[in-house]
Amino acid sequence: MDYAIEMLHITKKFPGIIANDDVTIQVKKGSIHALLGENGAGKSTLMSILFGMYQPNEGEIFVNGEKVIIDDPNVANRLGIGMVHQHFKLVDIFTVTENIVLGCEDKTKYGTISYRNASKKIKELGDSYGLHVDPDAKIEDISVGMQQRVEILKMLYRDADILIFDEPTAVLTPQEIDELMLIMENLRKEGKTIILITHKLKEIKHVADVCTVLRKGRVVATVDVKATSEHEMAKLMVGRDVDFKVDKKELTPGKTVLKVDHLSVKNNRGLMAVKDLSLEVKEGEILGIAGIDGNGQTELVYALSGLSKPESGSIYFNDQDVTHYSVKKRYDNGMAYVPEDRHKHGLILDFKLKENYIVHDYNHEPFAHRGILNQTEIDKYAVRLTEEFDVRSGQGIETLTRSMSGGNQQKAIIAREIDRSSNLLIVVQPTRGLDVGAIEYIHRRIVDERNKGRAVLLVSFELDEILSLSDRIAVMFSGEITGIKNAKDTNEHELGILMAGGHVED
Amino acid sequence: MFISKYEKILIPVIAIIAGIILGMIIIAICGLNVGNLFTALLQGATGIKAGSGLNLRYPGELIVTSMPLILTGLAIGFAYRCGMFNIGAEGQFIIGGLFSCYFAILCPMPSPFGVILALIIGGIGGALWAFLPGLLKVKFNISEVVTGIMLNYTALYSSNYFIKILPGSSATRTVDIPDSMNLTSDFLSSITNNSRLHWGFIVVIIAAVAYWFIIEKTSFGFSLRATGFNKEGARYAGIKDGQSTVISIMISGFLAGLAGALVVLGTFAYGRVLSAMENYGFDGIAVALVGGCNAIGIVLAGILFGLLKVAETILQTSGIPREIAQIVSSSIIFFVAIQYAIKFLLDKLNNKLSGSKNTKTKKKGEAA
Repeated sequence: MDYAIEMLHITKKFPGIIANDDVTIQVKKGSIHALLGENGAGKSTLMSILFGMYQPNEGEIFVNGEKVIIDDPNVANRLGIGMVHQHFKLVDIFTVTENIVLGCEDKTKYGTISYRNASKKIKELGDSYGLHVDPDAKIEDISVGMQQRVEILKMLYRDADILIFDEPTAVLTPQEIDELMLIMENLRKEGKTIILITHKLKEIKHVADVCTVLRKGRVVATVDVKATSEHEMAKLMVGRDVDFKVDKKELTPGKTVLKVDHLSVKNNRGLMAVKDLSLEVKEGEILGIAGIDGNGQTELVYALSGLSKPESGSIYFNDQDVTHYSVKKRYDNGMAYVPEDRHKHGLILDFKLKENYIVHDYNHEPFAHRGILNQTEIDKYAVRLTEEFDVRSGQGIETLTRSMSGGNQQKAIIAREIDRSSNLLIVVQPTRGLDVGAIEYIHRRIVDERNKGRAVLLVSFELDEILSLSDRIAVMFSGEITGIKNAKDTNEHELGILMAGGHVED
Repeated sequence: MFISKYEKILIPVIAIIAGIILGMIIIAICGLNVGNLFTALLQGATGIKAGSGLNLRYPGELIVTSMPLILTGLAIGFAYRCGMFNIGAEGQFIIGGLFSCYFAILCPMPSPFGVILALIIGGIGGALWAFLPGLLKVKFNISEVVTGIMLNYTALYSSNYFIKILPGSSATRTVDIPDSMNLTSDFLSSITNNSRLHWGFIVVIIAAVAYWFIIEKTSFGFSLRATGFNKEGARYAGIKDGQSTVISIMISGFLAGLAGALVVLGTFAYGRVLSAMENYGFDGIAVALVGGCNAIGIVLAGILFGLLKVAETILQTSGIPREIAQIVSSSIIFFVAIQYAIKFLLDKLNNKLSGSKNTKTKKKGEAA
């Protein structure tokens, strides 16, 4: 059997933690090999070792049957290993061609860059793999899906035979995901080897041949994808049975809690990002806002929470006009808000966990008395939240938030916001980057809030999340709502069309 | 593991040692006696000099020199904890001195109320001088560094003008501040062999305790720390960052003004016309930096920089130019400023330590 990559008995230790413990994976030439695991399972470390960014403490690597020592990403490149990063590394104001040749330009005899050969090669590559892009378009003018193709072309242009895809579908629409799957199949057909890092079981099932499941730094199993169900793979990854179904009882929505009336908001570049948008969220319902990142969702939420001022239009909480209220006053009027960016907004990373629990309420009873913090009450409250929401950390409530895992950081925010028992809960991207166990838990808590009769506005770029949690779904495209559907009566395909700005018949 | 736990203390200590070593090298290059540096530091700190015994005047002067440095260090540190760089502390220091000087000379009152009031008024002068950059930052997003530097010069020249027009002033100084309104103490002076040691140290202790208390224990300090660590996060939490910005730079100004008042009321007991800035405010930046912006650290760093200043004079008498002492203090600042490089080296060392431990255990395992 021919293996493109063999990583044998790889062990990588960091102070206090073993990131990879005797991990062995063997990737067959011309196959798509998925790497599945929760956050912190050791996927990234393993790939960083393959890419030359870390040295393993033990173990050997073979590429195409030859033993190699990869101590530098350049060595990996020379061996034909290329990585398509989750966050694209492209220069926005350069053209597609310029981005692809960047770093390995052909020079003319005058020392200037020769684009002629490059264009030809890019065209050939595009034709043979079905990767069609306009070579003269600027990156900033093309869609995210196209940008990803440029990333792939960049690797192929450098003659990479082994391609690592790191969570490639996180930023794509359902249609773009389908196209990417097709591209990956084409690549396989042409003899390329692909390692796919993902936590989306559906994609693995769709495209991969073999799947290696990692848990806590160890290989749990390497399975044949065709012979294994999604459920079995999920169980291997988490180590227990996972329940994807969210238990939602039938509820009749009550009175309107949040009303947005002809709202327009500019983004930080001064362009209109939300255009004349109106919507309502009622008691006991989850309104999901679907859409691809960058279509005005962030600006809409900033305006709702008071972080930025709208250009025109009004916002009402419980029939009260809060358009000109400060952030603080909106919290006092019943808002709870789980922000999109937990490091920029949600947490003060240099604070202890217990301090982060009280960032909204630090200046009044019971946490402060006449301006002096009451440590006993703060500790008591922090211990209660930590236990109730199962937030795990090294030194309990005294842990520096920065040192906690992403999932537990997010749990801490969810704990804080849900415990405020506000009747409006704004939740943005609540499970980004989290593992299955944490996602399951957070979803349940959000639905619990709805079941208690609270109004929930859920903004997410993950369509699966929107579909499984929402009662109604509003699709945002280019700052406008292109359609509002009942979750029961719609599907991924229809929403995908709306997300891309298309129209569907009602 | 061991290293990262003590990193906070280890980094300034390494910086200090590296600075002193660099100073030694320079003295050696100049062909002078390296040992003199240590005898000067020892004498400055304790008053002990081989051959001539103990002279408590030196530790007395060390405290006198350190007090304003600690206060300006607290001033800079306070602003820094709230995410601001109060380079205007120098001007606030000057205005604080001017305010307390005017009050002490024009409104003599019985002790101790008079002197306490004069100190507070000095602090208020500094706070008012800091209000402007704070307001401009919040309202128009103008950097407090630019306005601070400009106001430093405004403070210097207007202070000189106002000192000269006080009744009885000469071209260089005012009349003596009456005894009931100044901090000088014959008692403190007599127990330290006629040093200028004065009651100001009580003010410094109160200020350092208040600094720690406000930042660590009050809800106001909580909001300041939140803003300082993560401005956007504080805004999300509903903390009014504008308000806390102005108040915190004013508290910083109060501390700097207090330092100015201390020098006028205690060290000299008269107001002076300054030919140039005395750099107390700027030295405060170094003190805050080395002290890691926490109260105890700033007190210790203030004493260290005071010691280097005192040592300058002693070095001169043994034929080593005062610039050497300045090189030592600048190198310490330099090494603290590149603390990430030190941290990087420590991490490397740490990795090596744990790495070698791993290989050792492995070898044992293999043998067994």
